[in-house]
Amino acid sequence: MISHLPVLQVIVPLMAAPICLLLKRSQLVWLFSLFASAIAFIISVLLLQQVMTSGVISYELGGWEAPWGIEYRIDQLNAFLLLIISGVSTVVLIAAQTSIEKEIPKEKHTLFYILYLLSLTGMLGIVSTGDAFNVFVFLEISSLSAYALIALGQDRRALWASYQYLIMGTIGATFILIGIGLMYQMTGTLNMQDLSQRLPDVAQTRTVFTAFAFVIVGVCLKLALFPLHLWLPNAYTYAPSIVTAFFAATATKVAIYLLIRFTFTVFGLSFSFTTLPLQELFLLLGLTGIFVASSAAIYQKNVKHVFAYSSIAQVGYIVVGFSTSTITGLTATLLHLFNHALMKSAIFLALGAVVYRLGNVQLSSFNGLGRQMPLTMAAIVIGGLSLIGVPLTVGFVSKWYLLTALLEKGWWPVAILILLGSLLAVIYVWRIVEAAYFKKPLAGSVPVKEAPLFFLIPIWLLITANIYFGIDSRLSLKVASAAAQSLLGVSP
Amino acid sequence: MKDLFAVVMLLGIYSLLSASFFVAMDAVDVAFTEAAVGAGISTLLMLVVITITGRSEKTTRHKPLLALLVVVFTGSMLIYGTFDMPYFGIADAPIHSHVAPRYIQESMKEVGIPNIVTSVLASYRAFDTFGEVVVIFTAGIGVMALLSVGRRPEENEKTTAIDDSMHEQYLVIRIVTKMLIPFILLYALYVQFHGDFGPGGGFQAGVIFAAAIILYTMLFGLTTARKVINQSFIQFIAAAGVLLYGCVGIVSMLNGANFFDYNALASDPVAGQHLGILLIEWGVGCTVASVMIMIFFNFAERREMQQNNEKINNIEGDSL
Repeated sequence: MISHLPVLQVIVPLMAAPICLLLKRSQLVWLFSLFASAIAFIISVLLLQQVMTSGVISYELGGWEAPWGIEYRIDQLNAFLLLIISGVSTVVLIAAQTSIEKEIPKEKHTLFYILYLLSLTGMLGIVSTGDAFNVFVFLEISSLSAYALIALGQDRRALWASYQYLIMGTIGATFILIGIGLMYQMTGTLNMQDLSQRLPDVAQTRTVFTAFAFVIVGVCLKLALFPLHLWLPNAYTYAPSIVTAFFAATATKVAIYLLIRFTFTVFGLSFSFTTLPLQELFLLLGLTGIFVASSAAIYQKNVKHVFAYSSIAQVGYIVVGFSTSTITGLTATLLHLFNHALMKSAIFLALGAVVYRLGNVQLSSFNGLGRQMPLTMAAIVIGGLSLIGVPLTVGFVSKWYLLTALLEKGWWPVAILILLGSLLAVIYVWRIVEAAYFKKPLAGSVPVKEAPLFFLIPIWLLITANIYFGIDSRLSLKVASAAAQSLLGVSP
Repeated sequence: MKDLFAVVMLLGIYSLLSASFFVAMDAVDVAFTEAAVGAGISTLLMLVVITITGRSEKTTRHKPLLALLVVVFTGSMLIYGTFDMPYFGIADAPIHSHVAPRYIQESMKEVGIPNIVTSVLASYRAFDTFGEVVVIFTAGIGVMALLSVGRRPEENEKTTAIDDSMHEQYLVIRIVTKMLIPFILLYALYVQFHGDFGPGGGFQAGVIFAAAIILYTMLFGLTTARKVINQSFIQFIAAAGVLLYGCVGIVSMLNGANFFDYNALASDPVAGQHLGILLIEWGVGCTVASVMIMIFFNFAERREMQQNNEKINNIEGDSL
């Protein structure tokens, strides 16, 4: 069975989804989904081990060799992302049953889990495949289920947010498809490895240039890069808490993976960074994104909005690291993918716990919560410190590598701007700390109890990971730098 | 254009035109799918939506100037991209000289099916097709998650009486339809099994099958149709289709080959390919048909609920 691991990674949650429809009982479906997700997580751990010891794994679906059939190709980068996605999904699912009890009507619980599993399947599929068209198919699975999941939010504005995401997401997916189609026309192949070998011959044509432009814009829509980020804040805010925790940690990560995969592997470094002024463009958009989104986060009244804007800012950091196109910069980018997934899923789960007790996450209702829900609030504070990049948290590690990369390049003004951006994070995190610990509860508000255990376990699992990988970053660093080196073609 | 009915009709015409366009380009399989899905079922579903939302678009105040700019820019980018394309139909274009020759020359030997399109989509790229089926399944689940109204209220006597009298009116259509439906169903099955030899296959067959059921529902009412096909049955079929498709892959994996390697399904590779393609096409057909019916039922249920409320209000208003 070991040789089938790459495909099992995707097939297990995929087949679990229709089985859920047959199980029907909410509690049972939850346990089953958790089980499927946990198996996916175990598979991803095994895959990562295998890749780190013996190199790239290729799996031919249907037994047809690569350019004719579809190939699954797992290298360090894929394995790293598979681990992030399936890990976060499993941890978040632990809290799912408790959380959706309050947020989603009972008869829709089964459908919720099916969509959740399908969304997981889609993301895992995008990441594991080595075939450009297969990417699009799984992109459709993950986005369709994402639209439905977001629209399940209890606030009626969730429908509007989901509709906005649907329009933007569909445009993004269509652009990617157009790009893939044009690439196919110029090379006659859909396999990524094959594309990377055949594209240089036709690199100077306008058709390939157009294909590249469409793919990049489409992916940037999906990853909510400033100024294409407008769909994100509302989608994250009005979605059910579990969905927000899952997507905030994974959805944009998958888009970033696609960006890296297409620019570095498919089109190749020399093409990507010379035909378009990609380096300057991404640096500029990333920095603007950091400042615009962080400043917007400061003025939000809904705490979910605050952290949604902060997610856009974090995408900015990731893209800045990417734009350096050096090994250190790319390592920082990949590290931040991992670290940001840890902090954001912890924070949004904690917010889910607040919703569970209070019914909303307005900043004003946070007043005095530090006493009433000490463990949950402590988790938000540690997550927030990690967002700022305080030492001993994961946020520090990735910021440190990002700054090193920028200084190596000699881009010290950018480094200063990055530090200033972190100061903005201090402000928006402080507003929440201030409300929770230094303000008295609103008059007339009913005191609430600490969050239930099914929330505290996953939240503190993630927070512990936040601190552990902040102190001992050898493991994440090793994988990230191996992935970065393989992308840039430097043998480790 | 403010009239949504006209918009939907134009969209249907557009789909039909592009289907003829595909025929002109010798892509009959694509044309068939476009005609069945684009011109057929999606037009139908959009019409159902219009009966719920109303025919005319709300007037909006904002001027879509920026959107126009983006569209013009995208369009000109696309045209710019066409300048360096290889000429249409030229023999040494990359799409004809890299992977295609093997499909054309070897597929009869390797897969054993005369229709190359089917052997590519069901065997060489079976996993993509599996993904597409899951996309359709996801769409069905998504629609259910958003639209399902929970348990249907017990049939109100007042509304049933109205429904009955309403359906009596379309006597001619009802009889003609009753005669047509068996042939539509038969045609769907023909398309399902003929996919190996000519244009056709699970997707088109599923849609045509669903169209017959939808036609029945439109004329005889949701309640009658529900007696034939209930919600949990249709859900079961939708899930079973995906599972059947996936299980073909799992069985080939258990037989020691890669996922979706049909050669391992029987002792003779070509027989294995035949069996595999037959089974997965069934899976596709089941899921597509049941998801289409499911989506239509959910829309129709919403609509019926809305109408019933109105009717009850009217009746109460009259009796007062």
